[in-house]
Amino acid sequence: MIDKVPALESMFRFQWEEAQQAYVLLYPEGMVKLNGPAGEILSLVDGQKSTKQIIEALNGKYPDAGGVDNDVLAFMEDAINQHWIQWVTP
Amino acid sequence: MSGACQGKPNNPPTHGQPFWLLAEVTYRCPLQCPYCSNPKDFASYNNQELTTQQWIDVFEQGRKLGAVQLGFSGGEPIVRQDLNELIGAGRELGYYTNLITSGVGLTEEKIKSFKKSGLDHIQVSFQASDESVNSLISGSKKAFQQKLAMAKEVKANGYPMVLNFVTHRHNIDRIDKIIELCVELKADYVELATCQYYGWAVDNLHQLLPTQEQLARAERITNEYREKLATEGNPIKLIFVTPDYYEERPKACMNGWGQIFLTVTPDGTALPCHSARMLPIEFPNVTEHSLESIWNQSQSFNHFRGYSWMKEPCASCDEKEKDFGGCRCQAFMLTGDANNTDPVCSKSEHHDKILSAREQAKTDPQTPFLYRNEKNSRQYADNIIATSNESSN
Repeated sequence: MIDKVPALESMFRFQWEEAQQAYVLLYPEGMVKLNGPAGEILSLVDGQKSTKQIIEALNGKYPDAGGVDNDVLAFMEDAINQHWIQWVTP
Repeated sequence: MSGACQGKPNNPPTHGQPFWLLAEVTYRCPLQCPYCSNPKDFASYNNQELTTQQWIDVFEQGRKLGAVQLGFSGGEPIVRQDLNELIGAGRELGYYTNLITSGVGLTEEKIKSFKKSGLDHIQVSFQASDESVNSLISGSKKAFQQKLAMAKEVKANGYPMVLNFVTHRHNIDRIDKIIELCVELKADYVELATCQYYGWAVDNLHQLLPTQEQLARAERITNEYREKLATEGNPIKLIFVTPDYYEERPKACMNGWGQIFLTVTPDGTALPCHSARMLPIEFPNVTEHSLESIWNQSQSFNHFRGYSWMKEPCASCDEKEKDFGGCRCQAFMLTGDANNTDPVCSKSEHHDKILSAREQAKTDPQTPFLYRNEKNSRQYADNIIATSNESSN
């Protein structure tokens, strides 16, 4: 999983929602409000960066978090199961 | 959503943001479905549609209030010549844009140009899985082939697609064929929505309501398909909506009055749900009031918020925070008082109305459909005008 490249499934649109003060995933007639870490991770999912690169970027941004590696891996697994993201070849 | 109804019981009526903005851009439609939710006198509003700029203004105001989902509905929204412009404006504002269409009037070019304007999703409604029943219900012989072709185009252009089948006694026994058609068309979501009895459907209740046996069979078959499709790894989602006429507790209609949903009708009337226009309440118009004042301050939107309006058995019921007493329109239609408990509830003293509809469903309807069309609507419109003239004399 660490070398795989995630991309958002075409069903979803990802955006910052001012009224919710949160990142959200929008889909036909519905919305998933993301918590802080999930939103941060998904904001880096662009079909180009690998999971490893996303982890490095977040560890660089939050040096005091003590390593987000496991959180990101757990999120990716969950997001695949929920069909939010898929693995792609960039 | 906002958890607006989970506050302390003695709090004043509270509400969240209008998550959903439904723009009924026109009542005009080439089809004549006898379960249409539009008001029966829709024809009297056909010359009063909001302009392009008025709609865009409504979208801007809605977005500021926190609306995220924007639905283009009708009538048939494709009838509006400025639909592309409206889609573009909605998307530009950050909405997730949904087109809710019969597919009639849609073309490959339109599907492509809507995509360019930023349309996110297309929902195509079907009346049946085969041509003959589809024609019977829609009142159009050509509609079915057109819908099939357009559903394929929607997917070919990369949209998420929801297929909506309104089910009733004439098509529910073929639910297996309906599901297979949806799988073949590669739908992402399928709404197997049993007809709700508002608007034109009220007049066609006997012609539409399935029997309890029909319903139980359809639900069982749907569950079998869910299992089978999941095993095959097919991500298609089947959503089965039972008619509340076969429930003993009412639905939490619209997640509560004025909580997450805001409809604007073709002429600019703002409603907390698409059928509320039938209620003896004066609803504000977006050409006269700001959306903010309509949502937060208007009497009509505050009318059934909270619990203080409730009568017995709702007022002292320990389930009132679950279903908010059900649907106000249904209470009004079946009991004559919108403050009453929705008669779907077995605690309602008017529950017999529901029970007798179930009994009636066991017999074959003898009268034909009343079709939703301009001619039939004019009769309702004329009746209303005649009645108001009489009362003013």
